[in-house]
Amino acid sequence: MAVLLLADVSEGKLVRDAVAKALSAVAPLGEVHVLVAGQGGDAAAAEAATLQGVSKVLFAGDHAYCHGMAEPTAALVVGLASGYSHVAAPATADAKNILPRVAALLDVMVITDVTAIQGADTFERPIYAGNAIQTVKSSDPVKVLTIRTAGFEAAPAGGSAPVEAVPGAQDPGLSQWIEDRVAHSGRPELTSAPVVVSGGRGIGSKEGFEIVEKLADKLGAAVGASRAAVDAGYAPNDWQVGQTGKVVAPNLYVALGISGAIQHLAGMKDSKFIVAINKDAEAPIFQVADFGLVADLFTAVPELTEKL
Amino acid sequence: MKVLVPVKRVIDYNVKVRVRADGSGVDLANVKMSMNPFDEIAVEEAIRLKEAGTATEVVAVSIGVKQAQETLRTALAMGADRAILVVASEDVHQDIEPLAVAKILAGVVKDEAPGLVLCGKQAIDNDMNATGQMLAALLGWGQATFASELKVEGETATVTREVDGGLQAISVRMPAVVTVDLRMNEPRYASLPNIMKAKKKPLEEKTPADYGVDVAPRLTVIKTTEPASRKAGVVAKSVDELVDMIKGAGLV
Ligand SMILES: Cc1cc2nc3c(=O)[nH]c(=O)nc-3n(C[C@H](O)[C@H](O)[C@H](O)COP(=O)(O)OP(=O)(O)OC[C@H]3O[C@@H](n4cnc5c(N)ncnc54)[C@H](O)[C@@H]3O)c2cc1C
Ligand SMILES: Nc1ncnc2c1ncn2[C@@H]1O[C@H](COP(=O)(O)O)[C@@H](O)[C@H]1O
Repeated sequence: MAVLLLADVSEGKLVRDAVAKALSAVAPLGEVHVLVAGQGGDAAAAEAATLQGVSKVLFAGDHAYCHGMAEPTAALVVGLASGYSHVAAPATADAKNILPRVAALLDVMVITDVTAIQGADTFERPIYAGNAIQTVKSSDPVKVLTIRTAGFEAAPAGGSAPVEAVPGAQDPGLSQWIEDRVAHSGRPELTSAPVVVSGGRGIGSKEGFEIVEKLADKLGAAVGASRAAVDAGYAPNDWQVGQTGKVVAPNLYVALGISGAIQHLAGMKDSKFIVAINKDAEAPIFQVADFGLVADLFTAVPELTEKL
Repeated sequence: MKVLVPVKRVIDYNVKVRVRADGSGVDLANVKMSMNPFDEIAVEEAIRLKEAGTATEVVAVSIGVKQAQETLRTALAMGADRAILVVASEDVHQDIEPLAVAKILAGVVKDEAPGLVLCGKQAIDNDMNATGQMLAALLGWGQATFASELKVEGETATVTREVDGGLQAISVRMPAVVTVDLRMNEPRYASLPNIMKAKKKPLEEKTPADYGVDVAPRLTVIKTTEPASRKAGVVAKSVDELVDMIKGAGLV
């Protein structure tokens, strides 16, 4: 049994944390081959080869695979899939786009957001925004999985797997990339940061988010947001944490002006420590918070930033 | 251009989900069911395309139990022209897997020849996020997932997608499958007169056999359990006390 692990590559760089965590998740299944796709991805392929537990890196250096375009990348993966018992990827936006397409082309069901692998064909995944955990057994010949990485430790460096070039599949030319609108904040990445500070509707404005960012910077944290804050335009979409945003499990999650709707909890309730500041003592966020403070965030948060 | 909108009947997003004590699943008897929130957004977008003169007809389709009729009536009341119900199960607890749904939808697409399929990004019950991508694969069509903005011009759709780093713009040749994210629009409420009118709109019933699809699941659910629960912790009386707690726990 061998696993084909599709690596996430962003702007030519290996999304190392996600790939290293997915790697530890699938390693018990057998030998792992990592597929790196995209022109100019040589460095990403070389980096993947240093992850402990990788036995081979396959590199398809064609432009068609850049920007995570689903149709050519799915065709590439399907072309390589024979001989593998499992095709997997970290559950990033790109993999969520590509792997269900791969599964359908292989006529198998995709198993998304896997949180635990119990055996070669048995997997756990959350349903209903994490309000239930389902254990499923697949009867398909190939298992196609996306791994929810938050609960896995990253595989360490120290490996030295060979990198092998593989020929690309034909680009069906069904879609075209136009542009990425990506902001670089210089802060740690949300899904891998050990500390996350998030703001909700209670922050009240885009300018108000400065309070959140100042505390985040003090703690060396990534910044997150609730959907309400994103919808209101206080924060960009890629900061959203929750059922339909990012799933995070940092050491410390600080929720400021967030009520704690189940859809938000779905994305952060596996954090090790949760601290909440809300002016409403009845807010459901306090039911999951280890430490709470009932206060107006506009006075409490600057004071906290100052005193920490 | 015809637009096909698959809509799923799911537990209402406000309902607190209860896992059955025997581990057999989630209790769906006598709970409020609604249209999947993402699908409401897809229906809204389809209707807007029709209002703009880009689409000529909006067809809603649902696969599941007979009661999904209600979900389709909601789509019709919002402004869809016709509906197709594929009755694939008699038990509300039997979820039809995305692969089977996609195969049935591929059959509907063959009959209806839409220029665009507008799916939701994710069903909030199984949280699969797979059907649209699977359908595009089966049809050999292009796909644009997690869309927050859609522009249709001639034979191409230009789509803004919500991705991990921010936003991505792509164009897809039509016919195509687009799956919609939450920020695409604010779905309208159906007015009372429209709810009345919807009762007279055509709703056709089919079965998976009509499309030659076997809906037998590939994944057997072994058990369903409650997630590990968290206990409410301590509430600080002041910022100073909170600082002490955070420092005391070695968090900074
Ligand atoms: C299908 C679906 C998917 C969804 N996905 C997500 C998701 O991925 N992520 C997500 O977050 N949400 C998601 N939601 C939305 C979710 O249901 C809630 O609406 C949202 O999380 C609420 O955000 P909030 O807590 O910031 O806002 P609110 O619920 O409005 O809470 C604001 C809080 O701020 C507090 N507050 C206000 N002013 C102050 C002040 N001065 N000082 C201190 N506290 C203050 C208030 O007491 C209140 O508790 C989804 C919803 C649906 C239907
Ligand atoms: N049983 C169904 N009937 C109609 N549409 C469905 C069904 N299941 C899934 N869909 C569509 O596919 C989208 C994604 O669902 P899923 O892949 O299950 O998360 C939904 O938002 C619907 O648009």
